Amino acid sequence: MGQAVAVAHDDHGHDDGHHHHKETFVTKYIFSTDHKMIAKQYLITGLIMGVIGIAMSLLMRMQIANPEQPSVIFEALLGKWAPDGVMDPGIYLALVTIHGTIMVFFVLTAGLSGTFSNFLIPLQIGARDMASGFLNMVSYWLFFLSSAIMIGSLFVELGPAAAGWTIYPPLSALPEAMPGSAMGMTLWLVSMAIFIASSLLGSLNYVVTVINMRTKGMSMTRLPLTIWAFFVTAIIGIVSFPVLFAAALLLIMDRSFGTSFFLSDIYIQGEVLAHQGGSPVLFEHLFWFLGHPEVYIVLLPALGITSEIIATNSRKPIFGYRAMVASILAIAFLSTIVWGHHMFVSGMNPFLGSVFTFTTLLIAIPSAVKAFNYITTLWKGNLQMNPAMLFSIGLVSTFITGGLTGIILGDSTLDINVHDTYFVVAHFHLVMGISALYGLFAGVYHWFPKMFNRMMDKNLGYVHFWLTAIGAYGVFFPMHFVGMAGLPRRYYTNTNFPYFDDLADTNSLITYFAIFTAAAQLFFAYNFVKSIFFGKKAPANPWKSNTLEWTTGDKHIHGNWVGAIPTVYRWPYDYSKLNEDEEYVIAGQDYVPQHIPLQPKEEEMNH
Amino acid sequence: MTAFLIILIAALLAVSVWQITKIAKLGKAPDPETDQSEIANDNDNKRNGQGMLLFVVAMYIMMIACFIGYQDYFLPDASSLHGSEYDNLLLLTTVVIMIVQFLTQALLHWFSYKYHGRKGQRALFYADNDRLEFIWTAIPVVVLAGLILWGLFSWNDIMDANLDDDPLVVEVYAYQFGWRIRYSGADNILGDANVRFIDNETVNLVGQDPTDVDGMDDILVQELHLPVNRPVLFKFRSQDVLHSAYMPHFRAQMNVVPGMVTQFKFTPTVTSEEIRNSEFMTEKVSKINEIRRQKSKELLADGDVGLDPYEFEYYLLCNKICGVSHYNMQAKIIVETEEEFNEWLSAQETFEQTLAKAEN
Repeated sequence: MGQAVAVAHDDHGHDDGHHHHKETFVTKYIFSTDHKMIAKQYLITGLIMGVIGIAMSLLMRMQIANPEQPSVIFEALLGKWAPDGVMDPGIYLALVTIHGTIMVFFVLTAGLSGTFSNFLIPLQIGARDMASGFLNMVSYWLFFLSSAIMIGSLFVELGPAAAGWTIYPPLSALPEAMPGSAMGMTLWLVSMAIFIASSLLGSLNYVVTVINMRTKGMSMTRLPLTIWAFFVTAIIGIVSFPVLFAAALLLIMDRSFGTSFFLSDIYIQGEVLAHQGGSPVLFEHLFWFLGHPEVYIVLLPALGITSEIIATNSRKPIFGYRAMVASILAIAFLSTIVWGHHMFVSGMNPFLGSVFTFTTLLIAIPSAVKAFNYITTLWKGNLQMNPAMLFSIGLVSTFITGGLTGIILGDSTLDINVHDTYFVVAHFHLVMGISALYGLFAGVYHWFPKMFNRMMDKNLGYVHFWLTAIGAYGVFFPMHFVGMAGLPRRYYTNTNFPYFDDLADTNSLITYFAIFTAAAQLFFAYNFVKSIFFGKKAPANPWKSNTLEWTTGDKHIHGNWVGAIPTVYRWPYDYSKLNEDEEYVIAGQDYVPQHIPLQPKEEEMNH
Repeated sequence: MTAFLIILIAALLAVSVWQITKIAKLGKAPDPETDQSEIANDNDNKRNGQGMLLFVVAMYIMMIACFIGYQDYFLPDASSLHGSEYDNLLLLTTVVIMIVQFLTQALLHWFSYKYHGRKGQRALFYADNDRLEFIWTAIPVVVLAGLILWGLFSWNDIMDANLDDDPLVVEVYAYQFGWRIRYSGADNILGDANVRFIDNETVNLVGQDPTDVDGMDDILVQELHLPVNRPVLFKFRSQDVLHSAYMPHFRAQMNVVPGMVTQFKFTPTVTSEEIRNSEFMTEKVSKINEIRRQKSKELLADGDVGLDPYEFEYYLLCNKICGVSHYNMQAKIIVETEEEFNEWLSAQETFEQTLAKAEN
């Protein structure tokens, strides 16, 4: 397919004088201010947290499949929490809680958005680094610190936080209510407070960078959809994370300083508490004011990544670029006014339920538009089935499957009977868990050559994708039916309800699929580590992509481009664009990178 | 059922083995351009395109199999008046989303197969089409508007907890880890209560105000008895943490929040006796008992105690994480005829009697 057109280095040496300061090991690999290194730090920390989070889910699934049966695995991993190898009910709830927290915040927020926002924003907008490299470094190290505290909380005497990742008070506020609400919950709150600080520093940096540091010619309508997604995600984070911080702060006050923001009329362990006048429903509002946008904080970067990957690998422009941007904006706006759909049966005024049903089903519209646009982008393409492309197609599939059941859950009437059942678990794992993980994998496969200058093994990638795709549906599709039976989530065992006895087989099946899927991730882990050191040398632009990151050459320098920053002349989706004479714009090459000026004979389009 | 599950697993494993062997073969193929060897070539495109096609077929089989194999997982027809409306809306919504699911997944995977990359194939530069965008914005708008409207009308009906039709007023009281039920007695008014009045010695377990005359005829019990075909207004209170009162067979759920009273109203329409004898439930229970018999055999062989046979009773369970024994916070619900209910209720002790007993 011809050669990539290299950046014209007319004014080479003009702009690179100050980038070659001496770097020590510490400034290069540990306290680095280079966005590329910070991105890798985020990625690797996120992946390690992911291993822990997924391992926890396996422990839970093993308990559900064989309730209260001794297991050497429990004995080895849980120690005193599994006397004689039988899992303790308290630690089951702790696993539920920490699995949720780690996966949502540490893997899918920091690991996904942190990695790719950091890595791609400067590279794709044509900037030498983030607006503030120092704050970016601080952001990562705060994230590291909060990860360390969260992991550390697993080892405190009474166990980690166990009130669910939503940490609803009074359960989370009162150590008398459960052991996990003692030191474990304190550490959880401290860890999350630091995490929020980290996330805000990161988000502010992304927003400032995207607004101010785009290269010449890079108007907002020429931004790749990845950048649009990261940009809007950062805005949602800035709007909603402080509210969670407020909720956490008030909860800390209730726990430690005797205030009553969320507590009232409580009699526990034979004593009436002094708290009076607070409301747990207030906490639910504050929590979900972040909690729901959080879903889109997780998902939008994944959708941005797939937009870019699907267009590149289809060798076609993304269909409806403006509609895609508009739906990102619409989703972002609507995401901040739908939080109440988590609270239909919380005891809030039913009229609010009506309003939130309305806004919630509205958000299905931009989501549907995105799904249709992805499908149309594939139509009449020339699909290059790289592993990143497979994961992107997989994402569209799970996004649809998981998103559709949202229509049931978002309807206040229907939510009454499926609220907090396994139906919900199946829904959100498909639509945000699996979809966002697919986005993460797609991103890693696609930008690995840029990150490490080496290629990942594609065949291992294929094995990884197909096993994961089968396993993920195997876990979560049958789970909807278990939920339809009215099986509540967060139950240590279902054996106290004989009515659920016939669900046991399906629960075992789900557990087998979960183990199978987790085992499939070993292909990825092996491929990732092996390729960093022994992967084949990557070509400059392996996927024949239009975006600017592929114009830097293979030297990893702080400052990205050795010469001048390229100027942008077009949007990033000129794939397979033809001249009027039915020839590719650049002869023999089906793509026109963004830094290539308008060619003679080429028709200019306004997208 | 088990056979079906095994077949499903076997089929999916076969697919994965098939894929792996294909891929392993591909791995051996020598590639002239080593630099490009980790980038999908025509062969990869074809194999994975075919994989997509196979995957969507397998997925359809799985979806159909789940709907057939798990049909008795769906709850039986609702045992409450509003529940049948709920069931209709759920059915309609499920049909709509499954149609969309089948169509979109078909297109997604079919295009992935049909347009898999080939050397020399040209992709179509197709960046925009306002009409298409309009159509697929408009269709979801219309469909969702219909679902929303129906849903909202039902929601308003269900949540309208008025006293116009003389409902039975019942308090459902939650604590770690169980339920208490307080009937409002002859005056159908619940006496005032607050956790500060709780006194375990006078057996004032739910903190009734001993000076409130409305509460004197209140009746505190452990089981929820309901007369059939009479509206029941539930008032929920919690003494410690959040709980959720979930009565799946009545399509009813409401969180139980310390510091406030939440409510839910429904009319039970099927007695416990009737649902036990329904075709759905007899089949379901005999299946469950078969499973329990098998398990008992294993347990007895290990020297453990066997399981009792199961007889269906409606249940109320906690559906909001509330502490270590959250998984076993349940209460029995008995729906019976008005006469049976009245007879049962008159045999219970009122709060006045309880207080008098405690004084002696």
